[in-house]
Amino acid sequence: MNEDWALYEVFIRARSGLEHKHVGSLHAADARMALEHARDTYTRRQEGVSIWVVRSSDIVASDPQEAEALFEPARDKVYRHPTFYSIPEDVKNI
Amino acid sequence: MYTQALDSPGVGHAALASADEAERERRFQERIDRDEKIEPKDWMPEAYRQTLIRQIAQHAHSEIVGMLPEGNWITRAPSLRRKAVLIAKVQDEGGHGLYLYSAAETLGVSRGELIGQLLAGRAKYSSIFNYPTLTWADIGAIGWLVDGAAIMNQIPLCRCSYGPYARAMVRICKEESFHQRQGYEIMLTLARSGTRAQREMAQDALNRWWWPSLMMFGPSDAESMHTAQSMRWRIKRFSNDELRQKFIDVTVPQARFLGLSIPDPDLRWDEAGQRYASGPIDWSEFQAVLKGEGPCNRERLGARRAAHESGRWVREAAAAYADKHGDRAGAGRPGYAQAS
Amino acid sequence: MITAADCTAGAVSAEERFRYLLRLADTSLVLGQRLSGWVGHAPTLEEDLALGNITLDLIGQARLLLAYAGQVEGRGRDEDQLAFLRDAPEFFNVTLAEQPNGDFGQTIVRQALLDAWQVELYHSLIGSTDEQLANIAAKAMKECRYHWRFSCGWLVRLGDGTEESHARVQAALDGLWRFTGELLTPDALDAHMASHGIAPPLAVIRSRWEARVTAALEEATLRQPPPAYFPWLGKRGVHSEHLGQLLTEMQHLQRLHPGATW
Repeated sequence: MNEDWALYEVFIRARSGLEHKHVGSLHAADARMALEHARDTYTRRQEGVSIWVVRSSDIVASDPQEAEALFEPARDKVYRHPTFYSIPEDVKNI
Repeated sequence: MYTQALDSPGVGHAALASADEAERERRFQERIDRDEKIEPKDWMPEAYRQTLIRQIAQHAHSEIVGMLPEGNWITRAPSLRRKAVLIAKVQDEGGHGLYLYSAAETLGVSRGELIGQLLAGRAKYSSIFNYPTLTWADIGAIGWLVDGAAIMNQIPLCRCSYGPYARAMVRICKEESFHQRQGYEIMLTLARSGTRAQREMAQDALNRWWWPSLMMFGPSDAESMHTAQSMRWRIKRFSNDELRQKFIDVTVPQARFLGLSIPDPDLRWDEAGQRYASGPIDWSEFQAVLKGEGPCNRERLGARRAAHESGRWVREAAAAYADKHGDRAGAGRPGYAQAS
Repeated sequence: MITAADCTAGAVSAEERFRYLLRLADTSLVLGQRLSGWVGHAPTLEEDLALGNITLDLIGQARLLLAYAGQVEGRGRDEDQLAFLRDAPEFFNVTLAEQPNGDFGQTIVRQALLDAWQVELYHSLIGSTDEQLANIAAKAMKECRYHWRFSCGWLVRLGDGTEESHARVQAALDGLWRFTGELLTPDALDAHMASHGIAPPLAVIRSRWEARVTAALEEATLRQPPPAYFPWLGKRGVHSEHLGQLLTEMQHLQRLHPGATW
């Protein structure tokens, strides 16, 4: 008989105004149990005000082998950054 | 709480499959040398993966076996404050085991597999937990000495090259900062303001935990098999002997403050080296305990097996319930509609 | 033991208030002491942490209530003197709290039956005319709500899980049900406290407790046992044999080293 519980990833919002951040994982038999385990494991020291849990197998992740193709093309698009443009110092509020 | 430096036999260097493989390994080592973190799906040499799995699993096993000797005193803690602190500490150790198993799982091995190895007696955990907790003072001594030694081992691991392990260690070190202090506080109460019987209890605990604590750092550098490779991979950053010396140097003055004596007749201040010189460690004891001949090896594994066996029907029931009702059923179940 | 004749007709005496506070304090303390035995031995690592959290809540409640009870009593006894230096007949926890852990199913049944009771009791105590008790209740109620969520969730999973889990948890329920009458049947002290607005009438707690428990048992596909005859009265200091053993273990160091600090 099956006694292995699924792996879940846990995301915690530390306080309102901040985004949920990945903090770790745990095992649970169902979604509500995962939420409770996340509370009992990852918020014992007031680390959070909101929890997301998601089954690890439901996460779609990019492949590190493709990292060059995915991320390097952005490298030479320096004109996306404000520091690319030179404006005379006398011009204010820009 | 944690474990001695881990030097169990691991995977040797397999012959490299091809020049391509060698090139990958060279680039991997370059990343390590640049202090880049390695993340779960990144390419890594198989030996690196195996070394990490072994080390993280042993560390995790140490945490959960480590719950037992201290857990032995939870129901007998002498005040409600001490009881709450001890529960919180033992619970933290369970949490640390959990974080570490999670880190190991990112390397493609399941927690169930790792726990199976532990229960089958095929995995190692820190030998310190094979010693018994005989009096309440042992709870103080463990917090002070064993957690003190553990912290010394663990802080460098926060900078370990493997991202998930390093992140788990950061969380663990943050949580553990109270563990050593609560232990020392127990020792202070017993040794400085306690009755004669309490002072004797404190000295007796120091006598029994001192040498095993020193052994927690693992065999001396000359004997240690994996130190060099682990240091190259930045899984390990200081040698066993360096960390052990550091521990002795900070702990001896703490014992003095308690008015307790360290059970080492050869201990003396070495003015030239600006450090404490200490007597030889009985490595035959270390080896025997490691091989399963310590005072509590059987009890510790027996307790873990019993918990696992008697929990099986519970784990099965929860899985069966989820199968029956669809585990995404969410807010309405189970029993939560009225769980306000 | 306080009987109807002992209850003062008018104001609530310090002794009566003290005794009532001990009912609450000792129930949390004894249940916490029992649960603490699970830490390190639970069915999964996650459950170790969950049970640890509940234990810590219960011991926290006990400490607040004992400290307050000590003040009310006015004899200078602090939380530890009350916890470690009273004998079983001076403990006033409900008898259900002291029942052994048994297997995980028995622990969950004991927990759920008591959680449902504590949630309702503390919820009502927030409106107590005793301001300090009301403050403690406000904190305890939030904790107990989570405890109930946890234990009720497990009750349903185990009841409606496998054949084995159903049988085990039904057997635990059959064994523990006889202790529930005490939670819901008022004695003279309960009635006296209620008449002064210090505590809710137990009749109110009874109907809410029954609603919670009946719904949970139904979802768990468990059969509700018939009412039992024997009136357990742990809350008046008449306990089962288990409490003496529990206290012997819990109190041993304090008893062995009188006056020592720890």
